[in-house]
Amino acid sequence: MSIKVITEKCTGCKLCVKSCPFNAIEIINKKAVIDFDKCTLCGACIESCKFDAIVLTKLSPTDIQFPKKFDEYKDVWVFCEQKKGVVQSVAYELLGKARELADTLGVELCGVLLGENMKEEAQKIIHRGANKAYLVDSPALKYYQDEPYSKVLVQLIKEYKPEIVLCGATSIGRSLISRVAIGIHAGLTADCTGLDIDKKERLLLQTRPAFGGNIMATIICPNHRPQMSTVRHKVMKEAAENKHHKGKIIEKNYDSNIYFSRTRLLDIVEEIEDTVNLTEANVIVSGGRGIQSPENFKLIEDLAKTLGGAVGASRAAVDSGWKTYSHQVGQTGKTVCPKIYIACGISGQIQHLVGMQSSEIIVAINKDPYAPIFSVATYGIVGDVFEVVPELTRQFKEALKR
Amino acid sequence: MNIIVCIKQVPDTTNIRIDPETNTLVRSGVQSIINPFDMYAIEEAVRLKEKFGGLVTIVTMGPPQAEEALREAISLGADEAVLISDRAFAGSDTWATSYTLSRAIQKIGKFDIIICGKQAIDGDTAQVGPGIAAFLDIPQITFVKKIEDIKDSLMRADRMTEEGYDIIESPLPCLITVVKEINEPRLPSLKGKMKAKKIEIKKLEAKDLDADPDSLGLKGSPTKVVKIFTPPPRKGGQILEGEAKEVSGKLVELLKGEICL
Amino acid sequence: MDYLLTEEQVMIRDIARQIAQEKIKPVAAKYDAEGIFPWDIVKIMAASDLCGIYIEEKYGGTGGGAMELVLATEELSKACGGISLAFAATALGTFPIILFGTEEQKNKYLPDIAKGKKLAAFGLTEAGAGSDAGAIATTADKKGDHYILNGTKQWITNGGEAEVYTVIASTDRSKGARGAAAFIVEKGTKGFEFGKKEDKMGIRASATRELVFTDCKIPKENLLAKEGMGFIVAMKTFDQSRPGVAAQAVGIAQGALDLTVQYMKERKQFGKSISSFQGLQFMLADMATEIEASRALVYACARMLDSGNTKISKDSAMAKLFASDVAMKVTTDCVQLFGGYGYMRDYPIEKYMRDAKITQIYEGTNQIQRSIIANHLIKESAAK
Repeated sequence: MSIKVITEKCTGCKLCVKSCPFNAIEIINKKAVIDFDKCTLCGACIESCKFDAIVLTKLSPTDIQFPKKFDEYKDVWVFCEQKKGVVQSVAYELLGKARELADTLGVELCGVLLGENMKEEAQKIIHRGANKAYLVDSPALKYYQDEPYSKVLVQLIKEYKPEIVLCGATSIGRSLISRVAIGIHAGLTADCTGLDIDKKERLLLQTRPAFGGNIMATIICPNHRPQMSTVRHKVMKEAAENKHHKGKIIEKNYDSNIYFSRTRLLDIVEEIEDTVNLTEANVIVSGGRGIQSPENFKLIEDLAKTLGGAVGASRAAVDSGWKTYSHQVGQTGKTVCPKIYIACGISGQIQHLVGMQSSEIIVAINKDPYAPIFSVATYGIVGDVFEVVPELTRQFKEALKR
Repeated sequence: MNIIVCIKQVPDTTNIRIDPETNTLVRSGVQSIINPFDMYAIEEAVRLKEKFGGLVTIVTMGPPQAEEALREAISLGADEAVLISDRAFAGSDTWATSYTLSRAIQKIGKFDIIICGKQAIDGDTAQVGPGIAAFLDIPQITFVKKIEDIKDSLMRADRMTEEGYDIIESPLPCLITVVKEINEPRLPSLKGKMKAKKIEIKKLEAKDLDADPDSLGLKGSPTKVVKIFTPPPRKGGQILEGEAKEVSGKLVELLKGEICL
Repeated sequence: MDYLLTEEQVMIRDIARQIAQEKIKPVAAKYDAEGIFPWDIVKIMAASDLCGIYIEEKYGGTGGGAMELVLATEELSKACGGISLAFAATALGTFPIILFGTEEQKNKYLPDIAKGKKLAAFGLTEAGAGSDAGAIATTADKKGDHYILNGTKQWITNGGEAEVYTVIASTDRSKGARGAAAFIVEKGTKGFEFGKKEDKMGIRASATRELVFTDCKIPKENLLAKEGMGFIVAMKTFDQSRPGVAAQAVGIAQGALDLTVQYMKERKQFGKSISSFQGLQFMLADMATEIEASRALVYACARMLDSGNTKISKDSAMAKLFASDVAMKVTTDCVQLFGGYGYMRDYPIEKYMRDAKITQIYEGTNQIQRSIIANHLIKESAAK
């Protein structure tokens, strides 16, 4: 990829200078000049230029030399994360998407499952559309640990050579796959929200947000196999269950030293404070600075409970000590994409918006009609949260008979 | 105890606003800052040094102006700083970045702990920390929200999970990535600032790393960006008008179906 | 305006600004409303090496002087004129030791103050001795190796929170002002207690209390300078500290103006932001000019002090007088520009007006400052 300024078109208007997040553009002799030491090829200037005077020469898949043939690599794999012996819903979401990819490529869809006594769960993976389920069953794999999991997965990949490996962008997925990708020298794209196939080159087109979701990038991995992605939770649709779907469970066992871990898992602590996990929730009710005190968060909790949802908080609310960090939504907290996100007394600073703007429906309640949150809200209510929220709780209770 | 902290200089998104009329980002005047998660990494390293003694070395890979970020880290209590900068590194993806940083760390010398922020706010990948650990073949604890103890070359730390946290024990040397909850970073001190002004920043170029040139920069990056675009901005929708009771009624009507599903 | 600060002074200003904006601003309203003493902020200042910026390096400071003190006080006061006092009043209580302390006294007290482990306070005012400081009734009677203190000091900033107090008491009441002496008294000394915490109009995050001495026995080593020098100590201390009060006033005024400009850009009336109305713009311009003039006067004064010039009384009185009058005027106008919102406690601006008022009153009322200035003018004229 390269970027250049077409000097004949450049008018020296400085719009690009302002748009550059990296201060990489200067106007010299009335023309824009890019400092390549600073430029990251993010493309922000291209959008800003009214005269089409900056061009980013993009690599198209056909421009890329393919030195190697990858004929021996085939099949689409999904790493099926399990906790407490239960395959997590993110795995079923990935199986749904991966089925499409496998069909486009004309290959098989395979699930990979590591754990202890997981045969029944492996069968569920088949029921969700996998042709095969690779199962490595060992007491040593009962709980996730970085080293045994990554060594086993590396081994499986080396042995069976999948062309695509997908994994949920969860805390486990991100820790595991990053290590695996190094081990097998594969390309890895984090936190994808879109996956597609370039059929001609058999390339996985991986689309992901960067810069807090303000820029989208499509990424390929032309010269390495497998092509690996972590995929954001709740973006893809879950594969439907079909108990008649047939597939093969392939059980693998390894020499015990592959299970050796230098780190030891001493304990798993679940914080029972919340019944609903933020990243899993279909409905999130969040409170911000406008909630004013920890006691007032009760109003938010009541509404969340009524809607069967989770409680979120803005950074301002967390920094004031009204809610713990695990509730924080936004740039330095969690990225969420529930079906419904209700922002109460949250002004909507950009750091908050990047954490929730991919929600399907956003409701904003704020007394300031100019609050930026309204610019992303599907439904906005300009009003006092202390009047509106309890009223909403009451009316939802009635409507939902809860 | 020798601690290495890997940091990244990123654009300060706290100054980014959305233009309410065009719904696009206003980026003018955006400063470069230390990635916010790396601030927690620096603070944790300095606290460990204060508790156990030793040396905190800050490492960054980036353009020459990333030196500013290193000097800021010194003003916050770090002891030494290394800038890994070369045009050969341009265009590195997370694989090539992890490789380059791990080569540089081996050049820097013996260490007990490597600390990284959990992810950078511009790329949001969270892949480089574990990547470095894999290249160096050392154990890792990701998303650490608390270091419980370090004793007899064993670290015990809490790793954040979706449901709570895991308590993990790792032998040293190891790599950890940290989340915001781990500490509250201090502000720079006057003595720190004076030291930062004077300190000599060690510089490493590609030739200093004994690295495989084919594994560096764009060439060494398995992933390639083929397209960059701005997602269609989310448009503001409908403003519901009326008293609390009335607007609540309207919203319940609009959302009832969605919630039952 | 470029005041040609040194590199180190720029660093001090930047650190103080960062503390003010990131740490003080978020808590200012709460600490004001609840009268909370800002120990957490003192800790942050200590960790950032701010507590020793006016103390020599050999006593653990960073070796600056009045200019450094003024820069930090101004920045901190932009966010809260009350919280900044924990810092500025410590300087006031420390100056007698810096100016008149023996090597032993300096070694004993300055390092802990420079590190921010201890705060200091200065005790002069009494119920019957405000502007008329010669009327003090607190006595110090010499008994062998000790002095016995009796009496009550009133409205002492940092009272109860500070560990180190410099107190003016009379060793010979018959001599009036010439019978006074200055003493260092440590918190916890038997017979030294604190009265109630005052409920004040402004600077509410600052602690203001009585110091009550009842047969309080202190070793003679704690005498500063000599018997009879008490008022010289006090006056020289005020010469040093007045630019600090003036800097507090400049900070309060600037903080209020910054908020007001911001508000005026956002506040819309008649379809336009109110910052576009010329009548209001003129008010802004006047305020900014007056603040800059007081800042220039304060900095000039601080630099004079740092140059070793001791004939500073008139100039430091002028700086304190002018800056505090400007602060009162500016904050009153800022409340006016906020309109009805300005009068509400929900908005931060009225606090600046409350905080500004004290700067016209303490460390010598502005009427006393005018007397000092006028007396100098008359003396200078007579000497011609």
